[in-house]
Amino acid sequence: MDLKDKLLSSFLAFENNVDLENPVHEIRSEAIKNFEEKGFPSKKEEAWKYTSLNSLQKVDFSIFPKQENTLEYKDIKKYFLHEIDTYKIVFVDGVYSSYLSETTHDGVDVCLMSSAFSKPMFRQVIDVYFNKVASKDESLTTLNTAFCKEGAYIYIPKNKMPKKPIQILHLATGNEAALMLQPRNLVVVEENAEVQIIERHQSLTENEVFTNSVTEIFAAKDANVDYYKVQNDANTASLIDNTYISQKDNSVVRVHTFSFGGKLIRNNLNFYQNGERIDSTLKGVTILGEKQHVDHHTLVHHAQPNCESHQDYKGIFGEKSTGVFNGKIIVDKIAQKTNAFQQNNNILISDKATINTKPQLEIFADDVKCSHGCTIGQLDDEALFYLRSRGIPKKEATALMMYAFANNVLESVRIPEVKTRINKIIANKLGVRVGFEL
Amino acid sequence: MLEIKNLHASVEDKKILKGINLEVNAGEVHAIMGPNGSGKSTLASVIAGKEEFDIKKGTISLDGEDLEELAPEERAHKGIFLSFQYPVEIPGVTVTNFIKTAINESRKARGLEDMPANQMLKLIREKSELLEIDRKFLSRSLNEGFSGGEKKRNEIFQLAMMEPKLAILDETDSGLDIDALRIVANGVNKLRGKDNAIIVITHYQRLLDYIVPDYVHVLHDGKIVKSGTKELALELEEKGYDWIKQEATV
Repeated sequence: MDLKDKLLSSFLAFENNVDLENPVHEIRSEAIKNFEEKGFPSKKEEAWKYTSLNSLQKVDFSIFPKQENTLEYKDIKKYFLHEIDTYKIVFVDGVYSSYLSETTHDGVDVCLMSSAFSKPMFRQVIDVYFNKVASKDESLTTLNTAFCKEGAYIYIPKNKMPKKPIQILHLATGNEAALMLQPRNLVVVEENAEVQIIERHQSLTENEVFTNSVTEIFAAKDANVDYYKVQNDANTASLIDNTYISQKDNSVVRVHTFSFGGKLIRNNLNFYQNGERIDSTLKGVTILGEKQHVDHHTLVHHAQPNCESHQDYKGIFGEKSTGVFNGKIIVDKIAQKTNAFQQNNNILISDKATINTKPQLEIFADDVKCSHGCTIGQLDDEALFYLRSRGIPKKEATALMMYAFANNVLESVRIPEVKTRINKIIANKLGVRVGFEL
Repeated sequence: MLEIKNLHASVEDKKILKGINLEVNAGEVHAIMGPNGSGKSTLASVIAGKEEFDIKKGTISLDGEDLEELAPEERAHKGIFLSFQYPVEIPGVTVTNFIKTAINESRKARGLEDMPANQMLKLIREKSELLEIDRKFLSRSLNEGFSGGEKKRNEIFQLAMMEPKLAILDETDSGLDIDALRIVANGVNKLRGKDNAIIVITHYQRLLDYIVPDYVHVLHDGKIVKSGTKELALELEEKGYDWIKQEATV
């Protein structure tokens, strides 16, 4: 049985375990129909030209983990940003771990989708926001919607800001030979409210994991959202991250995606600007080796006048790794005075690495500033010689130049500990010690 | 200290150095002058170990040790310093962090521990004052957005910090106004001592008013065609390079 058939038959079993009277279930039923019709995307589709899901569909994934697993904090501490105090929403094999988490209802709600779905006090928010920005016809998103049950629920009321950043951590223990996870997150940030979120997926063994995640983010008027995605997973873990963001007037949303590891990563990052004077920032650092594959598909839809978007993705590709960047910008006819900036720079450090980069601009307004650029190059020999002539060995000099290359993206990280952590991951990945914290 | 014998070097089969002989002893300052394209910068890069140049013939040695097989960083560890004509911008790495890394890498290569932080700070303070470098400058990204003069001053700051055995200044005077030139020259002169040597590569005589050389060599078409004392530089300033070229062809 291939994965699609397995998922379709699992849906029937899934229905035995959820409240069929809940209005959410109607949404699930619609969604599974869409997935049944479309199935997994194939390389024949333009958007999936460079990323194949074929091999994943041949794996016999468990759709529901058989048992609840427990982990000790000391064993997984390193996957947390433990240097600062944070709220934590932790899932182990897709199941919420209250033991490892720290949630709150103190002025803001940092808790679980399962609660939000079932408790009357969250009903109104679910009715207004759930599945409102996520695609209703993109097959992987609808697959997630069909099975949505658990994930992070974050609600920040007007003028509020949580006392500390929020971490969402998805751990896979490997107790299943192969496990499929489908977390569903909802983040609602009301007028003039603010939130900082760090999200990470981590497999703890060599057993295969396939995560198909959907996150919806709503930023109301004057809201401010910082979202950091840390992707440094095992080489047997694959991730499809579907993130949908809806912004209102004067809101600022920044998403930073740090992709350093995993077998296959596909980031579908979609911004919808539904107001004026909106600022959307999409930044990414990708450093890959071995046979890793990362595909960034971004969309910024400018639907109102006087808005901005800033995209800056840097990639370094070694060994036999492959990368994709596809940045789509749509400027509607009424979206005059749009300022859309897109940049994608890549360095290939191996003859066998590949990058496919493509800007895709659809501009229907006439008074706009849109700039885009993509480059593919190698490390500058002259710069390398400069550093080496100062006594810095080749390996360290190469690492320094990679830092320098990725630096623009790190500059806009607003939690210093996140920056430090990312730098440490980079240093580890490059196997260097440069004597100071970059 | 530095001994170059019959050095021939090429890049992509284009012959650039065609038999250089040069001996530089401790305590000496040598100026290498010559028209554009004569091979001055190539000579500097070859001594520092730039890999794109092939040494076809001849030898370079420092204190009797052959340099050909050594990587650029190994030459730096042995005390060779090249001040670049066009220093490279490294965003995100501050001047301070860069110089710390450079110094500690050299110490590591010599089997020493990292320089203690307070000693490093003291040294940075001392040398930045010597070159009249503002504190704020030290926390800027290396060479990023620096003016031509700032880049050169930063090169000499690094030179002063690293206290090399052999310093090679490649066109350090280009892009400097007269005040900056004096400050930079002062920094270089502070380094002069009986155990160090300096090679000044320049197109013009101007810098040599401040860093007074013991010997002047004229490079033309990949060869040293004339050597003399500082008076030779003045003569070149007055008469240009044409007479040298003619003399060389004869």
